[in-house]
Amino acid sequence: MQNDNLVEIEDVEFGYGDRPVLKGINLTARRGQVIAIMGSSGCGKTTLLRLIGGQIKPGQGKVRVAGESLGELDSAGLYRLRRKMGMLFQFGALFTDISVFDNVAFQLREHTDLPEDAIRDLVLMKLHAVGLRGAAQLMPAELSGGMARRVALARAIALDPMLVMYDEPFAGLDPISLGVTGNLIRRLTDTLGLTSLVVTHDVQESLKIVDYVYFVSEGVIVAEGTAAEIRASGLPYVHQFVHGEADGPVPFHYPAPSYADDLRLGGQSA
Amino acid sequence: MLKRSIENLGNRTIQGVWRIGFAARFFVAMLLHSGTAFRRFGLTIREMYFTGVLSLIIILVSGLFVGMVLGLQGYETLQTYGSEEALGILVALSLVRELGPVVAALLFASRAGSAITAEIGLMKATEQLSAMEMMAVDPIARVVAPRFWAGVISMPLLAALFSAMGIFGGYLVGVQLIGVDEGAFWSQMRSAVDFEQDILNGVIKSVVFGIAITTIALFEGYDAPPTAEGVSGATTRTVVTSSLVVLALDFVLTAFMFRGLS
Repeated sequence: MQNDNLVEIEDVEFGYGDRPVLKGINLTARRGQVIAIMGSSGCGKTTLLRLIGGQIKPGQGKVRVAGESLGELDSAGLYRLRRKMGMLFQFGALFTDISVFDNVAFQLREHTDLPEDAIRDLVLMKLHAVGLRGAAQLMPAELSGGMARRVALARAIALDPMLVMYDEPFAGLDPISLGVTGNLIRRLTDTLGLTSLVVTHDVQESLKIVDYVYFVSEGVIVAEGTAAEIRASGLPYVHQFVHGEADGPVPFHYPAPSYADDLRLGGQSA
Repeated sequence: MLKRSIENLGNRTIQGVWRIGFAARFFVAMLLHSGTAFRRFGLTIREMYFTGVLSLIIILVSGLFVGMVLGLQGYETLQTYGSEEALGILVALSLVRELGPVVAALLFASRAGSAITAEIGLMKATEQLSAMEMMAVDPIARVVAPRFWAGVISMPLLAALFSAMGIFGGYLVGVQLIGVDEGAFWSQMRSAVDFEQDILNGVIKSVVFGIAITTIALFEGYDAPPTAEGVSGATTRTVVTSSLVVLALDFVLTAFMFRGLS
């Protein structure tokens, strides 16, 4: 029987050198859902995606995708699993020396023996799905930020993956592109039967499209729930994040000595 | 203060050893993944265009001028001993044995090596290499290995063209401008230049230089910190390290190849 959870993360710890980034994360992503992983910059969200993609290995704990434990896979096994995953990088990461068409065709040419006619049809279908069939012959340098993100999305779904990961898909987009990208993520997840993992700090846009949210802070999950539960949450960290308050559990000021001491005010408090 | 200095020295040594180890693993991985570069030779041909064909102008023009200078300087020296007909030998041997492989390699490091490092470094900084990994395509096989073999194949061809243009430059100055006997220029050159001792050894040198420069350029790009400053530093290191390595290797190879010749 197929497991309902496509991604399972159990007690995962990870650090860069002596600096711990993730300190015992537990997370599951059910098939067919859009899951958001939220948190402030530098809290370890992108690291989580890299762990799920097998680009880095956890110090402790297990990461399972489609029932396969990434830590136990050899290089060939990892590459086989990655063919069933797509990833949208923060700024698209399109190959700048080839056209939009060739970017989307890249995986099809690398991993299949399809004739060029079939590749052409598939690429145009994927580009049509993101509204950029007309831009097939453009070079990446000729695209706006939003268009590049959509081409990267078309490329990510080229092989009809079971899981698509999005790293900050809303960063730096104008309001129109923001809405278009959000709707695309939801629509593609539903129509293609994907599972989507969205790493973001854009609360308002992502709460419109997600099924479930995990909040990460200082390497641990501090809150989780549906979009409605998150909006109604009374937890100080979630409240500060959802309402964009400058000060709260996440302080405005970087840790520093006393302000008065720094200004040499003779011990008067700031 | 002393403790800090010793710590810094230790850290730098560890970093240096770690980097050498990483470079060795990178080189082995590149060789192990070279199958793609030959199975899909179109990828290698494409890179040969960027590293080889686009380096032609600087190689050919430099070769011509180096040969012309050799013609002038050589004539002046040989004239002192009344053997100006040996100008062809002097020009050809200087170019085929030393100047062709070495100067072409130095130019190749500046023109193509720096471009390779900048390209790979920027691909890393813009997450193109990560994207490739996530698409289950190994960047070492798809990006690095074809560039390596393109460099290794291009380098001896460029060195040969450099030498050919240099000899032509020497001919222009020596025969056409100064008036050295044309028959003596070519016939003495043909009789004195040995295929195995001179031409083949020159080719071996340029292949070794090609391997060294391309490996350094690719490694520096792959290992570059993904920032503007990181890529710029890596590009500089490619040119400086490659140039020094070429000169050092040239000495070692020359010592082995030409030892004992009269």
